[in-house]
Amino acid sequence: MPDWETEIRKLLAGLNLPPTREAEITEELAAHARDRYAELQTGGVAAPEAVRIVRDELSGHELLAQELHEVERINVPEPVALGGRGPAGLLAGLRHDLIYGFRTLRKSPGFTAVALLALAIGIGANTAIFSVVNGVLLRPLPYPDPARLVMIFETTPQFSQASDSYPDYLDWRRDSHAFVDMAAARNDDFNFTGAGEPEHLSGEYVTASFFHTLGVRPMLGRAFLPADDQRGAPCTAILTYGFWKTRMNAARDILGKSMTLNAARCTVIGVLGQDFQFREKVQVYVPIEQWISIELNNREVHPGLGVVGRLKPGVTMRAAQDELSSIAAVLAKQYPVADAGRGTKLVPIKEDVVGAIRPTLLLLTGAVGFVLIIACANVANLLLARSTSRKREFAIRAALGAARARIVRQLLTESVLLSLGGAALGLLLARWGTGLVLAASPGSLPRSSEIGIDWNVLLFTLAVSVLTGIVFGLSPAWFGANADPQESLQEGRHGAGGARHRVEGAFVALEVGMAVVLLAGAGLMIQSIWRLLRVEPGFNTHNVLTTEVAVSPQAMASGPGIRVAYQQMLTRVGAIPGVQAAALTSLLPLSDNDNEIGWWPGAGPQPSGDRISTAMCYVVSADYLQAMQIPLQRGRFLTNHDDLAAPHVVVIDELLARHNFPNQDPIGKQISLSEVGTVRIVGIAGHVKHWGLDSDDTAKVRDQLYFPFLQIPDNLMAGAAAGVTMVIRTTPEPLSLLPEVRAQVAGPTEDQPVYDAQTYEQIISGSLAERRFTMLLLIIFAATALLLAAVGIYGVMSYTVGRRAHELGIRVALGATRQEIAGLVLRQGIKLAGIGLLAGLAAALGLTRLLASMLYGVHPADPVTLAAVAVVLGVIALLACYLPARRAASVDPIIALRWE
Amino acid sequence: MELPSIGREWKKGSAELLLLSLIETRARHGYEIGKLIEQRSEGALRFHAASLYPLLYRLEKRGWIQGRWVEKSGQRRRRYYRLTAHGHKILASQRQGWQVFVKAIGRITGVENA
Repeated sequence: MPDWETEIRKLLAGLNLPPTREAEITEELAAHARDRYAELQTGGVAAPEAVRIVRDELSGHELLAQELHEVERINVPEPVALGGRGPAGLLAGLRHDLIYGFRTLRKSPGFTAVALLALAIGIGANTAIFSVVNGVLLRPLPYPDPARLVMIFETTPQFSQASDSYPDYLDWRRDSHAFVDMAAARNDDFNFTGAGEPEHLSGEYVTASFFHTLGVRPMLGRAFLPADDQRGAPCTAILTYGFWKTRMNAARDILGKSMTLNAARCTVIGVLGQDFQFREKVQVYVPIEQWISIELNNREVHPGLGVVGRLKPGVTMRAAQDELSSIAAVLAKQYPVADAGRGTKLVPIKEDVVGAIRPTLLLLTGAVGFVLIIACANVANLLLARSTSRKREFAIRAALGAARARIVRQLLTESVLLSLGGAALGLLLARWGTGLVLAASPGSLPRSSEIGIDWNVLLFTLAVSVLTGIVFGLSPAWFGANADPQESLQEGRHGAGGARHRVEGAFVALEVGMAVVLLAGAGLMIQSIWRLLRVEPGFNTHNVLTTEVAVSPQAMASGPGIRVAYQQMLTRVGAIPGVQAAALTSLLPLSDNDNEIGWWPGAGPQPSGDRISTAMCYVVSADYLQAMQIPLQRGRFLTNHDDLAAPHVVVIDELLARHNFPNQDPIGKQISLSEVGTVRIVGIAGHVKHWGLDSDDTAKVRDQLYFPFLQIPDNLMAGAAAGVTMVIRTTPEPLSLLPEVRAQVAGPTEDQPVYDAQTYEQIISGSLAERRFTMLLLIIFAATALLLAAVGIYGVMSYTVGRRAHELGIRVALGATRQEIAGLVLRQGIKLAGIGLLAGLAAALGLTRLLASMLYGVHPADPVTLAAVAVVLGVIALLACYLPARRAASVDPIIALRWE
Repeated sequence: MELPSIGREWKKGSAELLLLSLIETRARHGYEIGKLIEQRSEGALRFHAASLYPLLYRLEKRGWIQGRWVEKSGQRRRRYYRLTAHGHKILASQRQGWQVFVKAIGRITGVENA
C-alpha cells in the first residue's frame, strides 16, 4: 500500500495551504484512502488496481485540488506584501512561503540540482577567497590595539625600507617621545642540541622591551626583563606555544629548565600564548644581547634588524614620523660615516605584514565575484525558463486575487532557498578549495595559518547567498508576477515575452563577457609565468641541492674552529659519489634575502655614508662558481689559498665592472670594503639575477661581489657558525643525495644539522609563488566561468529552439532546408556570444591593467592573448549552440504544427 | 446529450442536501457519508473523495456543519461531522425547496412524482 499521506501532500502542494490546515486535510483524506483501499481489496480487486482506483478517486483529474482551492481560499487570507500585516502575519507568511518553496524545488529535482551546483560553485569559490581575505587582511593582528603598532625602517638612497642598526635603534628609543615603547628584533637560526638529534630552530633575538611593546604577556612564566638583556647576563629563552606543545610535550614544569642553543645553556622563563605570532615559524625568543656578534654595536652594520614601536595614544603616524626624521637628521650629522643619507620610515605593522599581498587578494576577490555573477546569471536564466512552465500557476494565483507583491515574495523566497542550499554546499566546497589553494602555493601567503572558516566567513557566506538569491531571483520574479492571467490561461498560445527573451539574451552576453575578462587575465598570467621560466638567471638551476648547515656546538667557541669544521664538512660532502662540486655561501640568489656591503674605490679612508657605493656581497667558498655554474669572464675565481694569511681579494660581477670601471681593466685594482678594508679585484664573473627573474633588471642594487669565506676574520666567524648555506651540484636528481649529504654534514660528532634542503628549481618556483598562486586561481575561475557560460548559452539556445519549434516547423514546411534552420539557430547563438565577447574584450582592456604589476614580458592589452581568448570563447560558444541547432534542424514540421 | 458541467452542478446542489440529511441524527465521518450515499442510492450516486471532502469543508466554512476529531481506542482518529443549529435550519429549508423543485419538474416533464 502506498504512503497515502505523501501522495496527498503532493496533491495539495500547489495550494499554498497553511501547514496546520494542510496536515488536517492530509490526515482525513489519508484515512479515507485507507478505508477505500481496504474495501476494494475485500471486494477482490488486485492491489495495483486498487491503488490506481483510489488514486483516481482522490485526485479526480485534479478536481480535488481545484475544489479545495476554491473552498480553502474563502478564509485563508493571502498573506500580503512585506510589512502588510505586522510581524506575526509576516512570519506566518514567511514560514508558509518557505514550506511551499521547498516543495516546489523538490518537485523539480533536475532543475534544483543544476541550480544548486552552479550556486555552490559560485558561492563556494567566493567563500574560499573570502576566508583567505578574512584570515590575511581582515582579522586583527594578535596584539592589543594593533593599530598603534608601527614598524620603523631606515631609508637609504637605494632602499625605502632597509633594516636598522642597533645603535640607531637605541638612540631612537632614548630620544623619541611619541612611543609608549620601542623594540628591536632579529630573526636568526639556532642550533638546538642536547635533546636527541641536533635540531635547527627558527628564533628571534629581541630586546627586553619586545613583549611590552607588543602588549603581550607570556601564557606561562614571565617576559624578558632589562636585566636579562645585558651583555654577559645568563641566557634566557621564551618559547612559542607551538614549539612548547609539540617539542616540549606541553610540559607545564618547563619553566626553569635549560636548553642548549648555539652551545649556550639557556633557561626557559616563559611560554607564549597560542595566538601570539610576530613572524611566522618562530619557535624561540632570546634576548638580543645574547647574540655573540661584534656587529650588533656597530652603527654601520644593519644586520636584518627590525624595529617595532607602539604609538602613544593621541600621537599620529605623521607626528611620530616627523619626530623620528628629526632624530635621524641629528644622527646623520653626528655619525656621517654610518648615517649620512639615512632617514627613517614608519609603516603600520599590518601594512608591513600583509600590504604586499593586498592587491593580489583584492584582484582575486574581484575575479571570484565575476564567477558568482556568472553563476547568478545562469540560475536566473534557468528560473526564467522554468517560470514559463509555471505561468499557469502564477496566472491562477493572480486571478484568484494574489497581489503581485505576494507572488514576487514567493518567488524570491524560492530563489533565496536555492541560494542558501547552494551556500551550504558551497561551504563544503570552500573548505576543500581553501585547503587545495593553500597547498598549491606554499609560503606565498602571510598569516596563512589564520586562514579558516570562522564566524566572519559564515556571516559573509550567509549574506552573499541571501543577496545572491535576491539578485538572481528578481528578474524571474518580475516576469512571473507580471504574467498576464488572460494570456497565460489560454493554453497553447505562445506568449510574446519579448522583454523576457531580451533579458535572457542579456544574461548570456553578460556571462560571456565576464568569462572573457577572466580568460584574458588567466591567459596573461600564463604567458608571464611561461616567459619568466625561460628567463636565464645567470647560473644553471638544474641539479643543484641547497641546504642550510651549521657546525657542532663544540666547534662554535672559536673562529678557527668554525672555519675548520666547515672546511671538513665541505670535503666530506664533496667526496659523496654524484656530487660534482660543493660550496658554502652566505647568500642565495632568488632566495628573498640580500646582503649589501658599502665599498669605495682605492685604499683611502671611508667616505661619508651618502658617498659610498653599495653592492650585493656573497661570502663564498672556493667552488661556488663551479657549483652554481656561473661563468667566469676574466681573471680567476677565489681559491682555498685565499685565506687569512693571503692578501684580501674579491671577484666582482660584470655589472660592477661595467658601472664602475668603464673602459678599464678592473683586475688588479684595489677597492675598499666597509668593515673589511682594502681588497684587490682578481676576477670578473657573470651577473646573476639576484632579486628575481623579473625584478632584477630594475633593482636599485645590482652590482655584485664575491668575498672569500676563508678571509672572514675570526671575530666575525661566529656569525656564520649557526648557519650558512651549502650549494651542491649533483649528477643524479639532487634530493636523492640528501640522506648522504645529511650524514656527511652531521660528521663524526653527529651534531651538525641540515635543514631547509631544497633544489634550486624549488627556490625558483618559490620566487614565483605569488604569481603562480594568482595564475592558478585565475585559471580555475576562468575555466569555471567558461563552463558556466557554455551551459548558459546551451540552456538558452535549447529553450529558444523549443519555443520556436512551431515557427521552425512552418519554415520547414515552407521549404527551408535543414542547413538553413540550423544556421538560423547558430546565428542567434553566435550573435549573443558575439555581443558578450565584444563587451568582454572592451572590459578586459580596462581590467587587465590591474594585473600589470604581476605581468612579465606581456602587455595587459596583449593582442595575441585577447585573440586567443576570442578564439577559445568562439569555439566554446559554437559547441554550446551546436546541439540545439542540430535539434532545430531535425524539427518535424508535422509534430511542430500539431503542437497548436 | 449529456452536459457534464451542468450535471456536476446538479449533483453539487443536491449533494449539499444529501450530506446534511445523512448527519441529521448522528455525527458521521467522511468515508461513512460517502459509503451511505452509495448504498442508499443503490449505487446510482457516488461521491469520491475529490468532491466529497471539498464539499464538507465548504459546508463547515459556512457554519452548517461542524467537524470534530474523535479518537477511539485502537483506531486512528477520525473527523466526525455533525449538524449545527444553523445547519438544521438550512436542512429544513433545503428539504422544502427540493420538494417544491421536484414537484415542479415533475409537472413539466410528466415524470411521476414518487
